[in-house]
Amino acid sequence: MKEYTFFPGCSSEHNASAANMENSIQSMCRILGIQLNEIDDWNCCSASIGYAGGGQLPRMAMSARNFALAQKQKGNTDLVATCAACWLSMRETNERIEEEPRIKQDINTALAEAGLSYDGHIKTRHMVEVLIEDIGWETLKSKVTKPLTGLKAAGYVGCQTNRPFGVCGDSYENPLYLDKMIEATGATAVPFPMKVACCGGALMFSETEKACVLTKQILQSAVDNGAEVIITPCPVCQLNLEVYQGMINKTLGTHFNIPILYYSQLFVLAWGGSWQEAALHQQVIPAEPLRRFA
Amino acid sequence: MAYDLSFAKDVYNKSEMGHWIKMCMQCGVCAGSCPLRAHWQHSPRQLFQMVRAGKRDEVLKSSDMWMCTSCYNCIVRCPRELPITHIIHGLARYAETEKAVDPMQPTRRFAVEVFWKNITATGRVGEAMLTMRLYFQDGIGAGIQRGLEMRDSALGMLKTRRLNPIPFRGKIKGYDGFTKMLAKAAELEAKLENKA
Ligand code: SF4
Ligand code: SF4
Repeated sequence: MKEYTFFPGCSSEHNASAANMENSIQSMCRILGIQLNEIDDWNCCSASIGYAGGGQLPRMAMSARNFALAQKQKGNTDLVATCAACWLSMRETNERIEEEPRIKQDINTALAEAGLSYDGHIKTRHMVEVLIEDIGWETLKSKVTKPLTGLKAAGYVGCQTNRPFGVCGDSYENPLYLDKMIEATGATAVPFPMKVACCGGALMFSETEKACVLTKQILQSAVDNGAEVIITPCPVCQLNLEVYQGMINKTLGTHFNIPILYYSQLFVLAWGGSWQEAALHQQVIPAEPLRRFA
Repeated sequence: MAYDLSFAKDVYNKSEMGHWIKMCMQCGVCAGSCPLRAHWQHSPRQLFQMVRAGKRDEVLKSSDMWMCTSCYNCIVRCPRELPITHIIHGLARYAETEKAVDPMQPTRRFAVEVFWKNITATGRVGEAMLTMRLYFQDGIGAGIQRGLEMRDSALGMLKTRRLNPIPFRGKIKGYDGFTKMLAKAAELEAKLENKA
């Protein structure tokens, strides 16, 4: 049994927008024998848009509080995040605390107000890094009992899982890990030139029309390349592509109806998990192309 | 005409990662990499040059740095390894602290008045409340209008248990300490900004 400290993040909460990601990741970890120990009383990571209201210290203090709680509760065990934005802000904060003495000192002065302290040394990892580095491709493939043969999937990596840190040394311009994950389930990864294009991120809330043009191009490219589903590791990408699809159709005159799924949902189904365990009942755009494997 | 260096110095000293602007060689790779480039008046490259040329008002009142989606495309491509994303965020934040930015700039409004308020009110994002605040920021009529536009999506989210029907979420247990921590961090941040 492998154990990790776990930071689910706000969108993975019960009844929140990425509940389908959280539920399928929990199923995935059950099958793999991974135990995720959630940090008790964690707070928001401040996400990528937090800079404007908080500036650097308040923004980083938010992540630092989670590290401080983690250190107190679980020691320096590797911390796993499943959301791209959480992973990114926590990694960035940790790096700056470890590399800039001035930041470390100020952060700890702030943390002291909450009766906490953090001295660095917790490695933040994305769930896909754990799958690739700690579980390994051979195991991921060997678990398949119901290969998704014939399913055509576009692997949409997006921005923040890919940049600035990247996953397992993969290329920024043409990362292959997600295609390899799709292929590991027996499905076919279609060529997808928009795999690292930006979905608009939080600008979907404030500059909706502009962001919709970006998501439209991504959806179009996937459909043009024959994809039946789009697979993503990121809850922001998932939300922007799925929930705004109806609005894109209405405002831009398109007719998309393509399910946007997480890599974890694909794995759970291919590993013999049920529709429910893969949280496929939690798709706003129903995952019909997967019915034939359920 | 002599350049006024005071703005550049302010940015180098007070704006997050601002000192990196000195290193920009004006190659334009960032300008070509940005997903929102069609909507800029000035690209990151131009903003950096404007900082160096002392164009305080033009930079701080600009909408350009609020167009950043945090995609980190520019950052991994810059041949000089400038932390462009952070510099852009820093300029936006600096404009906010200087009260130079148009309060109605849509991303400023969302980021500062909806998002930051939402997370600091309880310690975690409350998505339902976040969406409501966003929709109703221009009044009830506009809110209902926007809500109706997104009605099918909202119902879909509710049906699939991805949206909490109760918009109020409880505070995290350590909320008092959390608030004090943020206040202290803000106080130290102000000192940091004034250190020059
Ligand atoms: S890519 Fe880097 S060096 Fe080139 S213009 Fe942009 S910031 Fe300057
Ligand atoms: S990080 Fe911001 S400025 Fe840089 S390319 Fe992306 S959206 Fe443009």
